[in-house]
Amino acid sequence: MAVMSIFANPHRFMAVSKWFAWGFTALGSVVILIGVYFGLFVVPPDAVQGDSARIMFVHVPAMWLCLFAYAFMVGASLISIVWRHALADVAAKSAAPIGAGVTALGLITGSIWGYPTWGTWWEWGDARLVSVLVLFFIYLGYMAIWQAMETPQKAARAAAILCLAGAVNLPIIHFSVEWFATLHQVSMKASDEFKYPMYVVALGYLALFGGLTLLNMRAEIMNTRAEMLAQRRQAAAG
Amino acid sequence: MVGAGASSLVLEVENLAASRGLRILFEGLTFRLSGGEVLELRGPNGSGKSTLLRILAGLTRAHEGTVAFKTAGEDEPGRHYLGHLDAVKPSESAAEQAEFWARYFGRDPAEAVKAMKRVGLSGREQVPGRGLSAGQKRRLALVRLLVEPRPVWLLDEPTAALDIEGRALVTQLVAEHRAGGGMVIAAIHGDGFAGSRTLDISTLSIGAVA
Amino acid sequence: MSGSFSVFTRELKLAWSGGGGAALPVGFFAAASSITPFAVGNGVENLKIAGPGVMWIALALASLLPMERLFQADLEDGTLDAYAGSGIGMEGIALAKTLAHWIATGIPLAIIAPVLWIMLQGPPEASLFVIVFSLIGSAAFFFFGSIGAALAAGMRRGGLLIALVTLPLYVPTMIFGAAGLYAAASGGEWAAPLMLTGAAALFGVATSSFAAAMALRTAID
Repeated sequence: MAVMSIFANPHRFMAVSKWFAWGFTALGSVVILIGVYFGLFVVPPDAVQGDSARIMFVHVPAMWLCLFAYAFMVGASLISIVWRHALADVAAKSAAPIGAGVTALGLITGSIWGYPTWGTWWEWGDARLVSVLVLFFIYLGYMAIWQAMETPQKAARAAAILCLAGAVNLPIIHFSVEWFATLHQVSMKASDEFKYPMYVVALGYLALFGGLTLLNMRAEIMNTRAEMLAQRRQAAAG
Repeated sequence: MVGAGASSLVLEVENLAASRGLRILFEGLTFRLSGGEVLELRGPNGSGKSTLLRILAGLTRAHEGTVAFKTAGEDEPGRHYLGHLDAVKPSESAAEQAEFWARYFGRDPAEAVKAMKRVGLSGREQVPGRGLSAGQKRRLALVRLLVEPRPVWLLDEPTAALDIEGRALVTQLVAEHRAGGGMVIAAIHGDGFAGSRTLDISTLSIGAVA
Repeated sequence: MSGSFSVFTRELKLAWSGGGGAALPVGFFAAASSITPFAVGNGVENLKIAGPGVMWIALALASLLPMERLFQADLEDGTLDAYAGSGIGMEGIALAKTLAHWIATGIPLAIIAPVLWIMLQGPPEASLFVIVFSLIGSAAFFFFGSIGAALAAGMRRGGLLIALVTLPLYVPTMIFGAAGLYAAASGGEWAAPLMLTGAAALFGVATSSFAAAMALRTAID
């Protein structure tokens, strides 16, 4: 059970991931630019909301990706708990800040969109936005656990447990928030021609997420390896 | 004392490695121990004696390798783990705590009274945990070994904080346990137990019966 | 089985005798509810709007208070090692401890809840609802809280982390319970929120001990 072999012998992962990391990052950036160009300059203004609806091209894919990123972390946490593979821990840990960032982007753009639409910066009646706010706090708790634990192995275990507990509870949280929001349900509807640039941006986000997560993983592995070698050198010297 | 099947009791440790954080404490540890044997773990602080005991107790996960306790029966033999910490609650009286452990193991609380007498805590029954000295707390921890007979004892510096009389008591308990076919693995500094084997964890060399 | 049950009875005694551990959350609950009028104003109408919600938040926070020590004391004095080293499942230990502490603290919280309710201008005839909601709600808060308690058991200043990881899990209980209290105050439909609060509590009881046990095994590793 070579749980830490990824740190002891990371050469293969590092060699392969290098190209994917930068490739996905570049691809994602280009695709996002294309999608945003179509969204801003090609698609006509929305019949009801006018130009302010164009923020949807940034907002809606962010709302999708923050769920996808969390699902990715849940998958990695499951692998970590069942097979105890250190690479799964690194993957989950590396995805978290990117997921949290995308969640924040979704919340901020949702709020900016909400002002001209609802006349308020924050609308508790929008169940999706409120659920994503709770998800944001789960992301924060997850990252705090990584910071707080004394050894990386313990941190990985505890973070994985929290990630899974969050996943089990998220549908219930969403249900309860929806129940709460029935008081004044408001919903965003997009027309078809609006949807295509959204899909393009979503694909770009996905590639960028993959690229940035891989870059984070590489940094994490190199940091751990450096610390490991330093400890070994100290042990050999002492 | 230890129960049927204890005579066929065997512990097989193979290629065991332990880590703390990112550091490997030891690796490639292989040994075999039978019922009726005592193994003393020796080595400087930080060499991994406590970690080895915790791995054997099933508390800590090994970095690598396997640990197998076997008996004639199908069940894994029961284990007792006594760590550095005595698991003594400050607000409960000594007798309450002894009786709690008896009930915890599904035994008659009367066993606790006998065990208290055996470890020399008679007359201290009503003293709350916070009123016990370090040595008395350690004696109270020993009660766990006595209320529930189990073939494997894993002891982390069992004589720490004990006076001469207390050390003699531990030596006596260990001798009785092995005579009954039980197995003892103890991390220890200073005087050891007569007729035991030694494992120096810093060199991984395993001695014959000393 | 005898193991978990003996832990349950022991914890019940420890919670009551251990320096009034159960009294502190009750005191906090009363104090936090009592400072409400200073913030929202002492007018009857203001309190009718804010009172039930503030009381429910105070109940949630009061339930969080015992969480820091729920498993930490046992981890620090070696009791958790002794439990785990004797081969009894951690799930049973987590369940027994959480249940005992809910009985020792959650029930007193529910008993004083109607007093605070009436002080916050809630209709006295709804007192029975308040007790029932507080009982069920505090059970949910305690069991979801036990997950955070187990995750943070091995940390110094774990209390802040417990709050951060637990509060998102409190959202359903917060919504359903508060809605139930407002319904009880206005004579509205209370059955649906009551059942949903109960469902949240049951879900917490059913799932939390597995997560807490896994976290405790990590803490002693």
